[in-house]
Amino acid sequence: MKKIFAILSLTLMMSCAGKEQKNDASKNAITVKGSDTVLPLTQKEAEEYMKKHADAAITVVGGGSGVGITALMDGTTDVAMSSRQLKMEEKVKFDEKKSNLKEVIIAKDALAVIVNPKNKIDKLTHEQLSDIYTGKTTNWKEVGGADLKIIVYARETSSGTYEFFKEHVMDKKNYATTVLNMPATGAIVQSVSQTEGAIGYVGLAYETKEIKPIAVSYDAGKTYVLPSVIAAQDGTYPVARPLYYYYSAEKEAIIKPFVDFILSEEGQKTVLEVGYVPLKK
Amino acid sequence: MKKFIERIIEGALLISSTVTTLTVLLITIFLFKEGLSLFNQSPLEGDNIITLSADNTVEHISSAQIKNIFDQKITHWDELGGKKDSIILFTFNDLSTYFSDDEIGANFEFLPHKIDSLVSNTPGIIAVFSKKYLEPSFKGKIVKVENVTLTQFLSGEEWFPTANPAVQLGVLPLILGTLWVSLIAIVIALPIGLATAIYLAEVANQKMRNIYKPIIELLAGIPSVVYGFFGLIVIVPMVQKTFNLPVGETALSGSILLAIMALPTIITVSEDAIRNTPRSMKEASLALGANRWQTIVRVTIPYSISGISAAAILGIGRAIGETMAVLMVTGNAAVMPHSLLQPVRTIPATIAAELGEAPKDGIHYKSLFALGCILFLITLVINLWVDYISRKRSNYSK
Repeated sequence: MKKIFAILSLTLMMSCAGKEQKNDASKNAITVKGSDTVLPLTQKEAEEYMKKHADAAITVVGGGSGVGITALMDGTTDVAMSSRQLKMEEKVKFDEKKSNLKEVIIAKDALAVIVNPKNKIDKLTHEQLSDIYTGKTTNWKEVGGADLKIIVYARETSSGTYEFFKEHVMDKKNYATTVLNMPATGAIVQSVSQTEGAIGYVGLAYETKEIKPIAVSYDAGKTYVLPSVIAAQDGTYPVARPLYYYYSAEKEAIIKPFVDFILSEEGQKTVLEVGYVPLKK
Repeated sequence: MKKFIERIIEGALLISSTVTTLTVLLITIFLFKEGLSLFNQSPLEGDNIITLSADNTVEHISSAQIKNIFDQKITHWDELGGKKDSIILFTFNDLSTYFSDDEIGANFEFLPHKIDSLVSNTPGIIAVFSKKYLEPSFKGKIVKVENVTLTQFLSGEEWFPTANPAVQLGVLPLILGTLWVSLIAIVIALPIGLATAIYLAEVANQKMRNIYKPIIELLAGIPSVVYGFFGLIVIVPMVQKTFNLPVGETALSGSILLAIMALPTIITVSEDAIRNTPRSMKEASLALGANRWQTIVRVTIPYSISGISAAAILGIGRAIGETMAVLMVTGNAAVMPHSLLQPVRTIPATIAAELGEAPKDGIHYKSLFALGCILFLITLVINLWVDYISRKRSNYSK
């Protein structure tokens, strides 16, 4: 019994000690919350940053872009990471609170449209893609391929890429009901690699030999661009989006060094390592 | 002193069972409170309203029609019984394409007036914006949108919980998908499970039993994500090749996987039931000249039927509630299931996949809780039903 008490009191003391430490460092503690797309990048950057600055304490939490922005509104996070720009409604809410919001683009993310390597199609226009995902086009022969049913793969609604693809490729139209929703990007790659008539979209970093990325045209078929880091960087590849950090100007003093670190050459190298597109220098 | 300790233990037991019961009750109450708050609420996001220009003759637009309009499947008002004008879309996010920042004003103070004049000057417009920006002397027409009702929820065939501006909450494909996948899973698993249980309990010798039993029980310990991954890489291509399908993520793949996952439960529980048949009964049967097979069919199985039914319920319970594995192999397309060889979407998979990004207390969030209520009711009904049957049967066999 005594032993248990001893252990109990010891853990209690330790947890108290831990708390004190946290209080000491709270001046430099930053909470970053939001998009699950930006999450792995922020985590990696925070790790690197904390290695260099022993006094910094950065907590990174996922949950989705919307969750992060709401948390920033409620003041429960210092930085909101988001894979989309603020919606008009959200901007209005921040304006009502009279908070001076800072917006920083920290990196870019590009989506590659992929098909099975056996598929002889290697390029599609914006309109064709949109028709495929809204269910207007259901056979590959309608876009110049073999007589094969198109199997359309997308991510779940909770994924940032779901909304992004809907906005940028499908002009905000809804997905067809027959679209297969996969829980992870890895699952899309796996399914597309084993299904001949498949089409899907994945982050640029996910490209492997088992799948074939296709070139996309946003000018009605005049120029087709294959997804690549360089093409996404200089803006010629159209299916790319910026990734944002939002924070209130009042806290700029503690947040700015971290943001500057991400934007530095070293930070942008990490961006490439994690699989996103670094900003153009 | 001894008595005192006994009292304390008794009290502790009472407390723990009370706490458990209360927890279950509270979870159920929470589930239904959140789920039921979905109904009689507008399908529009936030406090948005839908307005038309005053001389538009269309009076009523259903939630499904709103979706088709914004999907540009309906492009002319005459398709809805109005004039021949083509439909012009306006949502809050298009603000910057219609007006400059100066026109709106720094704090949106001129916005109500701007929207008002836009709506009244554009005959074919359908404008969605927040009630806050409605000019008091608004000259357009505000369209009433039907609230979400229970019948609509249960009988709707389109599941677009994030559609903008009006969500589509039809859960029929999800309910049918869940039942369909679980039913086929149990049809596959029950005969195999029962056969294995009979073999282990009655036929196998001690040595075989010692090898098979731990291996089968090991199946129950594999995490469901691992099952899902196995299903995606092995079962899905197998189904695709065997039936020569364009896509392998089908209800059948899900059923096969769920059958494998439900097997350990079915085997363990029904084997226990079969082994509980009193030796005297079996011996009496054998003494009457029945052979071993006749004894199994006529004596052992009828005696243990309630245990076997329990095994089946637990198996169905596992199948209906299973989330991760099904999420990975059934393709999750929310379409009405017509055959085994097409993708389906189940309720647990939907909740797991979507709850992460559904804003708290929003309509999507509530609809997922309502789905949880439906899942709860389905399992409750199945439990009560099989309970009833097994009780009836065991009385009969006595």
